[in-house]
Amino acid sequence: MSTLNPSLEHEPAAHAHGEHHELPFIRKYIFSTDHKVIGIQFLITTLIMLFVGGALALGVRWQLAFSWQSMPVFGRLFFPTDGGQISPEFYTMLFTMHATVMIFLVIIPVLAGAFGNFLIPLMIGADDMAFPTLNMLSYWFMIPAILCFGLSFMFGGGPAAGWTSYPVLSAVMQAAPGSGHAQTFWLLAVTFIGFSSMLGSVNYLTTIINMRAPGMTLFRMPLTIWAMFITAILQAFALPVLTAAGFMLLFDRLPFSIHTCFFVPSGLVINNAPATVGGGQPLLWQHLFWFYSHPAVYIMLLPAMGMVSDMLACQCRKPLFGYKPMVYSLAAIAGLGFIVWGHHMFTSGMNPALGMTFMVSTMLIALPSAIKVFNWTGTIWGGKVRFNTVMLNCIAFVSLFIVGGLSGIFMAAVPVDIYIHDTYFIVAHFHYVLFGATLFGIFGAIPFWFPKMFGRKMNDTVGKLHFFLTYIGFNGTFFPMHLLGVAGMPRRYADPYMHPYLEHLMPMNQFITVCAIIMGFAQLLLIGNFIISIFVGEKVGRNPWNANGLEWFAPSPPPHGNFDILPVVYRGPYEYSSPLVDDRDYLMQTDYLPPKKEDDDDEDDDGENHGKEAET
Amino acid sequence: MSGERDVKNFWCLFFCFWPIAALVLCWIAPDMNWAFPGNRESATPLGVRIDDLFYMILVIVTIVFIATQIALGYALWTGSRTGKTKALFTHGSHNLEVIWTIVPSGILLFIALYQMDVWVQYRIKSHFPKEAQGPPIAEVTARQFEWRIRYAGLDEHGEPLTLQPTPQATDLYTVNDLHVPIYEAVKIQLRSADVQHSFFVPDLRVKQDAIPGQIIPIWFEVTRSGEFDLTCAELCGWGHYKMRGRVVVQTREEFHEYLKKLQQEQWYDGVDKQDDPSLAQNKLEVQQ
Repeated sequence: MSTLNPSLEHEPAAHAHGEHHELPFIRKYIFSTDHKVIGIQFLITTLIMLFVGGALALGVRWQLAFSWQSMPVFGRLFFPTDGGQISPEFYTMLFTMHATVMIFLVIIPVLAGAFGNFLIPLMIGADDMAFPTLNMLSYWFMIPAILCFGLSFMFGGGPAAGWTSYPVLSAVMQAAPGSGHAQTFWLLAVTFIGFSSMLGSVNYLTTIINMRAPGMTLFRMPLTIWAMFITAILQAFALPVLTAAGFMLLFDRLPFSIHTCFFVPSGLVINNAPATVGGGQPLLWQHLFWFYSHPAVYIMLLPAMGMVSDMLACQCRKPLFGYKPMVYSLAAIAGLGFIVWGHHMFTSGMNPALGMTFMVSTMLIALPSAIKVFNWTGTIWGGKVRFNTVMLNCIAFVSLFIVGGLSGIFMAAVPVDIYIHDTYFIVAHFHYVLFGATLFGIFGAIPFWFPKMFGRKMNDTVGKLHFFLTYIGFNGTFFPMHLLGVAGMPRRYADPYMHPYLEHLMPMNQFITVCAIIMGFAQLLLIGNFIISIFVGEKVGRNPWNANGLEWFAPSPPPHGNFDILPVVYRGPYEYSSPLVDDRDYLMQTDYLPPKKEDDDDEDDDGENHGKEAET
Repeated sequence: MSGERDVKNFWCLFFCFWPIAALVLCWIAPDMNWAFPGNRESATPLGVRIDDLFYMILVIVTIVFIATQIALGYALWTGSRTGKTKALFTHGSHNLEVIWTIVPSGILLFIALYQMDVWVQYRIKSHFPKEAQGPPIAEVTARQFEWRIRYAGLDEHGEPLTLQPTPQATDLYTVNDLHVPIYEAVKIQLRSADVQHSFFVPDLRVKQDAIPGQIIPIWFEVTRSGEFDLTCAELCGWGHYKMRGRVVVQTREEFHEYLKKLQQEQWYDGVDKQDDPSLAQNKLEVQQ
């Protein structure tokens, strides 16, 4: 123990955390203020929502492959009198809610909510978040959001203006069956999600700035923390715009409200809608919406990039290639992310000169993404690669992010975007980024940090099988969509085949649907593995991956208050295969190496030994 | 150990297989009719330039794709069979970072500058061709779920009038059927009566959103006669998918004949040889 840091003597601190254990069940597991419990609550909620969103996606795929044929489950449930044949407005609801659930209830909360919550205090060596009650509220604001989304299904078949909810379709209640109260509840739900995210991001910012362990300088922070930090900044600055826009749209919509016309121009003739004063501008919504939702794309990507960087370094037993360029490129993506929103609007009718500036900034944002890919490849190069579930998912992340990034260049080029905008090319592109990159990153992160969450490992064989099927299903589903897009198949069509130039694409759509079904059912392996491993997984110690981060210094699972020994940080998080130690290929951030002349015994520094120390 | 090696080889090959499959799929796509509609070149000169731009980016992207996937595959392959006890200890390389910052930025800058010309011609009004700077040939008003088309009518001598910004008594109307003359840069005035729509003619590589409350000019010059599908590309409600129209491209003479026919049909009141414009006006008012 001679090499251990002085914090070992901080006995009172260690004892102080012991008091937390006497909490009643409801405070400990339901309304908990412990960041780990909140993180796991977020994780389980989002995994459930992943299945909801997936089921909606399969509904979409069924209709595209077998248009107007009896749809299993949904069709038989909601349209029994029509022989299970769904209606077109039901189809619009399906893709609207698929996107909504996946974005607002799965990807954003699983990254920031689940992993951000769980990892930030552990990785910076804090005992909890800066504002634990706020943190609890950030989870519990998810629940009214889910309820509002649920309620929205009760009116007019559910919201059906797309997840982007462009007015006037979303602003005038008579514009479509789903534009009535369904749309109102949808807006309320998004606002609740916004509260949840905002509470999270102020918390993360404060925690990361103020609560780092001694020695944890900014440039010793793992990339996960950098990514969470930058994401929190993005969220804190972009989200108010969406919230404001949401309220503006609500004021436009409600018959008993003040009847503003922010987004409603005059002279509309819509079904039986009463005439409005008008004077609004529908494009305003698009600007406000994308001012949040383009940064949101990075909110949905950067944390996964950070986590993959950490996992790759660990599974390749090699320092991360180019730590500082990785940090700077994260910051560059976030910074540029604020000035590219207009690339969603190249064909919208905004000033075409603006299109050129947005095109240039969009091209620029490809650069930091490219730098990251090169650095990840550099990290793998020369490593001692462990081919486990974590690593496979990380490789998939890099490989698929390349595809998603490169396909983005097509639509960044404004003239090409004229053609491919709102076609399946776009659908392919963003699924490669949001599923191919982010979700595979999450599929890697779940088994990687699972031992820290539950003190047990997930089954690696089942994990690999899950990965194998998901990867095949993923590529089979989304790669051909590029071709559909080039063939001119527009998005959001309930029946593309009534257009003669799309008729011959039906076999390809059927192939895609089969792949999607395989991929959908493969997720049962994930959930099964997850649940069963909580109870019967192989028990592990503090540091099962021989990783360097502070979270592996804490017991598995960490108690309320996290660290039994207060960590002191001596170096960066990526000192794998360091020549400073001969007997092992990792060097934890907390490992104190005395000056060279002393003959030290590194064996004592092992994470396992810390564990024993703590128990005594 | 050999079993473990096999597993590693399997995963390396697995990751190499998919980029190859992707390349093969793209290679055979034109033969399978999975490329641009009808596997044809665009029917507009500007569309051809868009296609060229697409193919240029495709070539660049494919080279980058192959290079990065090979690099990734190579890194994995060597990483799975290193005999050393420890991985390479390096924190990066300043020179490499500089190289892979400058090279991609050069390529991206090139793409950014190269395409501007097409965009300027396509959308900036002052750079429209001379013919398209004049009055539009038709006004297309999108509504749930159809395209309403308004042409300027013909005067008493059968000569085409100029389309006015507001509807005139002499205007001619059709639904879902837009006729334009060939080899002429024609301008369309696009509007929406209710929600947002998007005027999308895949064969012409033309797409422009129709925004309620806004009149947006679009121009195109078609160099191939025939019928082209007109679709809606912006979600406009439950019937979004069925906003099907067509663009018929014909010679100037045929177009003129078409307008004449349209006028006869529109002014036909059941009484033959009654071609009185004042009657037609009454009829229009009744319709409105």
